[in-house]
Amino acid sequence: MAKITFIQHNGTEQTVDGLPGMSVMETAVKNMVPGIDADCGGACACATCHVYVEPEWQGKTGARNPMEEDMLDFAFDVRDNSRLSCQIKISDGLDGLRVKVPEKQF
Amino acid sequence: MSEAITTDAVIIGAGPCGLFAVFELGLLDIKCHVVDILDRPGGQCAELYPEKPIYDIPALPVVTGAELTSRLMEQIKPFNPQFHFNHMVTGCRKLDDGDFEVTTDGGTVFRSKVVVIAAGGGSFQPKKPPIPGIDAYENTSVFYSVKKMETLRGKDVLIVGGGDSALDWTLNLQPLAKSLTLLHRRDDFRAAPDSVKKMRELVADGKMSFKLGQVTGLKGDNGILSAATVKGNDGASFDIATNAMLPFFGLTMKLGPVADWGLNLNENLIPVDTEKFETSTPGIFAIGDINTYPGKLKLILSGFHEAALMAQKVFKYKNPGERLLFQYTTSSSSLQKKLGVN
Repeated sequence: MAKITFIQHNGTEQTVDGLPGMSVMETAVKNMVPGIDADCGGACACATCHVYVEPEWQGKTGARNPMEEDMLDFAFDVRDNSRLSCQIKISDGLDGLRVKVPEKQF
Repeated sequence: MSEAITTDAVIIGAGPCGLFAVFELGLLDIKCHVVDILDRPGGQCAELYPEKPIYDIPALPVVTGAELTSRLMEQIKPFNPQFHFNHMVTGCRKLDDGDFEVTTDGGTVFRSKVVVIAAGGGSFQPKKPPIPGIDAYENTSVFYSVKKMETLRGKDVLIVGGGDSALDWTLNLQPLAKSLTLLHRRDDFRAAPDSVKKMRELVADGKMSFKLGQVTGLKGDNGILSAATVKGNDGASFDIATNAMLPFFGLTMKLGPVADWGLNLNENLIPVDTEKFETSTPGIFAIGDINTYPGKLKLILSGFHEAALMAQKVFKYKNPGERLLFQYTTSSSSLQKKLGVN
């Protein structure tokens, strides 16, 4: 089990349990975290599960894959720490992960 | 308004469930017109994941969205469905004689016995970047699609994005714009390499500019844009003068006009019964991802099942009092005749 904290644009935080092997997006959807739309259901095909990984976790979540980099072209306000949460797989090493949800996915 | 097209069923949405509905209705001699906002069949399978594998279609261990669509198109060919692409259904009302009048944004009007909503996650519409104040400029200086190229002649055009739409419109509009700037967040494109090459040649020849960055704000008056404020990749802000901005950030799904047809809705889904998949309005059915009922699974195979049961009830609307004989395609010569295999 890994605790994942989603920080909304207005600062409210929601910490949920993530299962290793699941994606951060699936965990958000399962726990009805607002702001993670995930239109395509996790196929890395819509860029509506965009999150900002808190800087201290960037090293652990790893780099964007090429498909994800392409899809981020369809996200808004992309920053250095932008990721598509469907592409971050939860592992025990991500216990405590903190990600920010953008104000709007679109 | 053009003359109404009379048909048995109007199917809203040409995704897998809408297409398979043509098959199930066709076996019962129910003629269909299919309307979709996209320019081709397939729905999400075509727009979101044409090349991605699907593993849970019975008897197809793996199939891509594009293959599934083309197989369904082949399967329904004997029933000769009429497609109306690039149309969004805007209105649907019950007439005094019990028929439905269905209208599209393209001005097409249908008169049908029944309406089958197979609209999936809703209609695909261009994503609107959440830039503060953008609403004030929409359709005057900010355009999410190009209907008539001439309206952009002589303008200082700013195209935002790095996909095929952004590149295609860059190449199409460059000859008639007064100036053209392409803005993208990186010097890499998810577009046809040939288009990217042509764009780079235009930049090298000084015929257009390419800038790296993302729009953060807009400047202008009375709906007329004068400049877009951009944050460059080095963090510094600068303005790009423009009176016509075209953001291309792909498509997203919105429920759209269906919400206004007086149907009961539950969190943007349409509740149906599980015997006929009929909505709160008799004669309007909802199948596939757009419906909800206890135990609903948003799977393509659920939509196929829903299509088959829906068709049984539609038969009764079309042929009141007539008994429907249940038949198998394997053994029924009449069904095989309809399929053109006998």
